[in-house]
Amino acid sequence: MIPEELKKELHARVATAITPREAAVDVMKELQRHYGWLTDEAVHEAAELLALSPLQVEELATFYEMIYRRPVGKRVLHVCDSISCWAVGYETLMAHLGKRLGVEPGGTTADGMFTLLPCACLGLCGDGPAMMVGETLYGKVTPEIADEILAKERQGL
Amino acid sequence: MEQVLFRHNKPGRPVTFAEYCAEGGFAALHKALKELSPDDVQRAVIDSGLRGRGGAGFPTGKKWSFVPRDLPGPRYLICNCDEMEPGTYKDRALLEANPYSLVEGMVLAGYAIGVSHAFIFIRRGYELPAANLRHAIAEAKEAGLLGRNILGSGFSMEIDIHLSAGRYICGEETALMNALEGVRANPRAKPPFPAVKGLWGRPTVVNNVETLANVPYIVANGATRFKGLATTPEGSGMKLFCPSGHVRNTVCMELPLGMTLGEIIDGPCGGMLPGKKFKACIPGGASTPYFTADHFNVPMDFDAVAKAGSRLGTGGIVVFDEQTCMVGATLNLTQFFARESCGWCTPCREGLPYVREILTRIEAGGGEPEDIEILREHVHYLNYTFCALAPGAMGPVEGLLQLFEDEIREHITKRRCPFR
Repeated sequence: MIPEELKKELHARVATAITPREAAVDVMKELQRHYGWLTDEAVHEAAELLALSPLQVEELATFYEMIYRRPVGKRVLHVCDSISCWAVGYETLMAHLGKRLGVEPGGTTADGMFTLLPCACLGLCGDGPAMMVGETLYGKVTPEIADEILAKERQGL
Repeated sequence: MEQVLFRHNKPGRPVTFAEYCAEGGFAALHKALKELSPDDVQRAVIDSGLRGRGGAGFPTGKKWSFVPRDLPGPRYLICNCDEMEPGTYKDRALLEANPYSLVEGMVLAGYAIGVSHAFIFIRRGYELPAANLRHAIAEAKEAGLLGRNILGSGFSMEIDIHLSAGRYICGEETALMNALEGVRANPRAKPPFPAVKGLWGRPTVVNNVETLANVPYIVANGATRFKGLATTPEGSGMKLFCPSGHVRNTVCMELPLGMTLGEIIDGPCGGMLPGKKFKACIPGGASTPYFTADHFNVPMDFDAVAKAGSRLGTGGIVVFDEQTCMVGATLNLTQFFARESCGWCTPCREGLPYVREILTRIEAGGGEPEDIEILREHVHYLNYTFCALAPGAMGPVEGLLQLFEDEIREHITKRRCPFR
């Protein structure tokens, strides 16, 4: 269950919306921040906050790339697999990360630290290959830089 | 070269509110609210020939004019900053350098259409543009340039920011309205068009970031001067181009509409990377058919690019060298569209994965000669879908069939990718 404080905050956010469900993405993001992923419990809580059915929340939760309906690691590595990054080394970067972390794309490391995901264009097309960790964007990610990012993210936890 | 959107840019940091104002920023808003009627502003934008910079190129003033004049009740303006077309990063570059021209452009557009509540819909990952805009909105409000009774004119308007959670289809204007309302973002049927029945069923105008950011210049300097910025007589204004791939300079650049593809690649893009030779490019984002060196003399303007068989799109130019496998590139693009299909209509939901499977097979060396005909049929049938996603997805496939059929056949006869 979410803390009373967060619940109050989210109720306040919903109250400023033109209709409650306008705040759905914000509410899902905040619940995800709290739980680490959008748990079944979170779906029910979001539904209550937004005056929707859990199914209506599920419809939205499964639609968006950045809402996780499965457990993920403490940090999710979103590696851009779109055309500009593909042209300048996406496949090399993804293979390197997979090998370094010992996971396939979509997998989570045994220690629960990282989840590795390919993702749609990050808008860093001039600085490919690109990846996003949390809300931080990284461009021109060579395998060496990827290792530095992993070390930095590990330290930040 | 005169710059419109990038004229306030400072190296390595965003322009400040004080700098923007000192350099003539918000002068257009002062002028409009003091001297011009909403119709005057709309007329200037119509006369300027400004066309939508988000990909479709629809005339902006005309779009505004579809909003019914005398309908009581609210109407909305939405700025589309869901820049998720692969190869496109112009709106991010613009907002990282200067969020103020968008804010000013939105107030001018709102004044012209009679809007009191506007939204900026921002894609996931654009935290910095969102932060810059929040800051700019607060500063504009503080200075009386936004909010209640703007500059004492009696006109009031608010701007709210909506941060998305990532899905390409949200950039389609009717899907975007569903996303904003908190409904699953499948596109809506047209008609009714958003200008008549849009957000919460109310008249709504959806314009791209770059489009709106051009409006202050038009109002301040006049339609004729804006038109004259383009190098072609039928063109109008400047355009942000964002090159990527195998050229030297892969930064966003503001260039006159109508420069030829060859001039752009050999000039501001600095040519190919050392040791690389040009093979092809995507001229305007992931959904536009390829151009080759045979197209170097095509003026990069809406009509000229369309006449040459592609689309100007977003201005995202993705350049490929001779070592690039065009089957592989097309497979990558198809993979993107298949994954981003919202799944609402069957031809798109089922057709795109089928095309992806065929391309995967060909790339892996298992293709058959009849696969080419199946691809061709899909290019035809996937025009009949609910929205423009699948027809857009077929752009590169069509280009592949037209320009690189030999390369497909080589994959099939050699039973492997010749580039690996």
